[in-house]
Amino acid sequence: MSILEAQNVSKAFGGIQALDACSISVEQGKITGLIGPNGSGKTTLFNVITGYERVDTGTITFNGAPITNAPPDKVFRLGIGRTFQLTRIFSRLTVLENMHVAAQRQDLRGLLSRWSSSHEQRRALELLDFVGIAGLKDLPAGNLSYGQKKLLEFAFILIAEPQVILLDEPAGGVNPVMIRHLADRIRLLNQRGVTFLVVEHNMEFVMGLCDSVTVLHRGTKIAEGPPETVRTNPEVLEAYLGA
Amino acid sequence: MANIIRGIIEGLLSGGVYALMAAGLSLIFGVMEIINIAQGVLVILGAYLSYQLQQTYHIDLFVGLLITMPIMFLIGLIIELLFIRPLKRERTMFSILVTYAVALIIEGLLILAFTNTPVKLSAWYVTASVYVGTINGTQLYIAYIYIFTFILSVILLGGLFWLLYRTEFGSTLRASMQNRTAAELIGINVERISAITFGIGVAVTAAGGMAFGTTRTFNANDSYDLISRLLVIIVLGGMGSLRGALVGSLALLVIGDVTAEIWSASWSSTVFFVLLVVLLLVRPQGLFGQREGRKQ
Amino acid sequence: MRMLKIVVLLVLVVVAVLFPLQISPDDTTTTVAVFALMFAAWATAWNTFSGYTGYIALGHAAFFGSGAYALAIMCQRWHVGLSDVSLLGLIIPADYAPFLLVPVAGLIAALIAVPVGWIALHTRRHTFIVVTIAIFFIFQLLAENNIGSLTGGTAGLEFHNPSWIYPFFNFPFYYAMLIILVLALLVSWWVRHSKYGLGLLAIRDDEDRALGLGVKTGPSKLVAYVISALFAGMLGGVWGYFLGSVFPQSAYDPLNDITLALMAFMGGLGTLSGPIIGALIIEWARQNFESLPFIQNAQNPSGYYLIIYGALFLIVVLLLPEGIVPTARKWWMRWRSRQQSASGSDTPGQAEALAVGQAGSGEGGNG
Repeated sequence: MSILEAQNVSKAFGGIQALDACSISVEQGKITGLIGPNGSGKTTLFNVITGYERVDTGTITFNGAPITNAPPDKVFRLGIGRTFQLTRIFSRLTVLENMHVAAQRQDLRGLLSRWSSSHEQRRALELLDFVGIAGLKDLPAGNLSYGQKKLLEFAFILIAEPQVILLDEPAGGVNPVMIRHLADRIRLLNQRGVTFLVVEHNMEFVMGLCDSVTVLHRGTKIAEGPPETVRTNPEVLEAYLGA
Repeated sequence: MANIIRGIIEGLLSGGVYALMAAGLSLIFGVMEIINIAQGVLVILGAYLSYQLQQTYHIDLFVGLLITMPIMFLIGLIIELLFIRPLKRERTMFSILVTYAVALIIEGLLILAFTNTPVKLSAWYVTASVYVGTINGTQLYIAYIYIFTFILSVILLGGLFWLLYRTEFGSTLRASMQNRTAAELIGINVERISAITFGIGVAVTAAGGMAFGTTRTFNANDSYDLISRLLVIIVLGGMGSLRGALVGSLALLVIGDVTAEIWSASWSSTVFFVLLVVLLLVRPQGLFGQREGRKQ
Repeated sequence: MRMLKIVVLLVLVVVAVLFPLQISPDDTTTTVAVFALMFAAWATAWNTFSGYTGYIALGHAAFFGSGAYALAIMCQRWHVGLSDVSLLGLIIPADYAPFLLVPVAGLIAALIAVPVGWIALHTRRHTFIVVTIAIFFIFQLLAENNIGSLTGGTAGLEFHNPSWIYPFFNFPFYYAMLIILVLALLVSWWVRHSKYGLGLLAIRDDEDRALGLGVKTGPSKLVAYVISALFAGMLGGVWGYFLGSVFPQSAYDPLNDITLALMAFMGGLGTLSGPIIGALIIEWARQNFESLPFIQNAQNPSGYYLIIYGALFLIVVLLLPEGIVPTARKWWMRWRSRQQSASGSDTPGQAEALAVGQAGSGEGGNG
């Protein structure tokens, strides 16, 4: 059953057609990979789904309901979390504070109270532990290494208990040990029911992790299916070699 | 009616000069992403320089520009080198504070040098006017100075556009405007371009100052009003857009002058600002500015 | 460490309260103290918005001036300050009556800040600064143009002069300012340590990311803006009564704006004690400066003011961009860790904390 769908989405920037009647669907409870040569529209698709960009035409649906052009905060609150290629964390806040920003409680009492209320604090620490950076909790997030920042970003997305997580190049610029660590975390979460959509260039990572892979090229989907099938698809090979 | 027509004409003519000063501001923002709050007081400085040349050496105002403009260019270079270049983080925000501080210093120096007594630039063409036509039985006269400064601003603005769009220097400048990092990567010395751009942006204030000084008495305190108008113009036109600077200036000045004719002079400034606010509600990026998308 | 901070704070408060009575300084000193407290409170309130969100709101004097005018107008219209007022069974002497309306003045300023802030916050950071400046000038011009024949035009409005004599005259104002300062500080501290404040700080670091994580950035910013305006308005009211008259150039004085920003920057934007320290330093400097002989004899002292202000500002911004308090904290940490490594203790976390950039949070207390 598909939990997240893009139907015929098009988006142009000036003269460049970033997305061209692009339709993809993400199966609930699965890890779906999104690959394609540079410029194929992967990040734009993420941006459009999460509300950082508006679509020109087409619809995005989540759990059957349309969320096209919904603003980022709404998308997040509905249950879709996302990370960024260049990690976006709050560098002047501590690691723990970063977690609490994402755990914003919406009611007035929640806002007025001190941020280190016990339930949230516990959950935040749990998650930091889960990703493996609990020891850094009081450091300014700006001091973390690149890999640690990625983990932090991952952790604070989790604090809102999203149903779907969009990961934008999680393995980029990270050492193999960390990559394996990340893949483990993703699998664990997936077992608990979280759906993933992962953009990656690291083929090994994608093929080893994902249940199904969608390929974009020039803003539109050209292939979709289990990793093995996609890997040997001639159109896909051409797209990569030709691009 | 005749008054309104005159207001429109004068507005259009003097708008050119404001456009020049605003263009300088927009240019600086476009290339360097910094906002030069000192532009207002630099205009006054230019006016005083013209005044000094006239009083002491009896040099004609327009001829004097050949001296004041290079001087202002140098001053611009110095300001950039000393105060802007050292900024590393959050340049835009700090540039506002730094240029505000520089503006205070220059204003202080001007007060010490020239006191608060208002002065005015004068010449035969400031007081004499030319007959333009008759509307509704009223004869319409426009002071020569408006026409001359209009021609001046056309020449200078034209020169600016020529520089930007027809020379190699101009294309490197525009490249830096579009994408600083990319420009650096292809070997453009962005620092040098920045300094020169700042110099140009300030040099035009010499012309603006001279024109400003002819239309009214002035002293250093006028810098506040001036910089507010200039800022409003470039925000209205869209920051970084030269076209916006031009259109914004003309619009604001025509409206301001007409308001002064119909209503009263003291309201014309208010109208400026209120218009800005209204516009920003509808179009936060200004007329020709780029809509700032959400950062991805 | 926390205990120490609280004790120091209490001592300071006690000293501040006793200052005029016990130490009985002369009139000029108490006058300076009134202004110092005023700026300290204003800078603290300003910092609650600009320091935490990173949106530099120049033109804040618009709310200060509006509060001053609001109080003046109310006092004139309702003849406050002329006769005693009875409130909740207490008789308030006539001269103190205007103080009762100070919170109202603050509220009026806050109400004005709602639409103003809403419009201004529509724009991004750079444009925001420009818009706040423009709005400031609108206010000044409106006051000059005697809008609704409320403001008295360029001549301004006057308060009924209280009948107190020196040295007592300054005291009510001193305490009024002190109370407002303490309130502003409390609010600022509380914001800092609340979930709400965390949202503001996140906005400062990466606004879009904060939005994407569910922070309601628009309302958050607006509320902080309005809070800062509330205090500015109250301070303006007290100030107006202190001087006895308000007119456009004095109530809406662009130099006040820049002084405010300077104080907050110098002390440390986003910290709690920073604005206060900055305010005290600058007021002290201004006072000493005024009594320098060459200033007193100068034809145009304002020229010298401007140059020194500007130069001071430049020095602070270029050399101490983070401000005194964060820089001091950095040095302190560096010194501490050098001590610790000298005694052979191995604290990797400490070493990393050395590279602390801006004031994060760490423990509570004096930020």
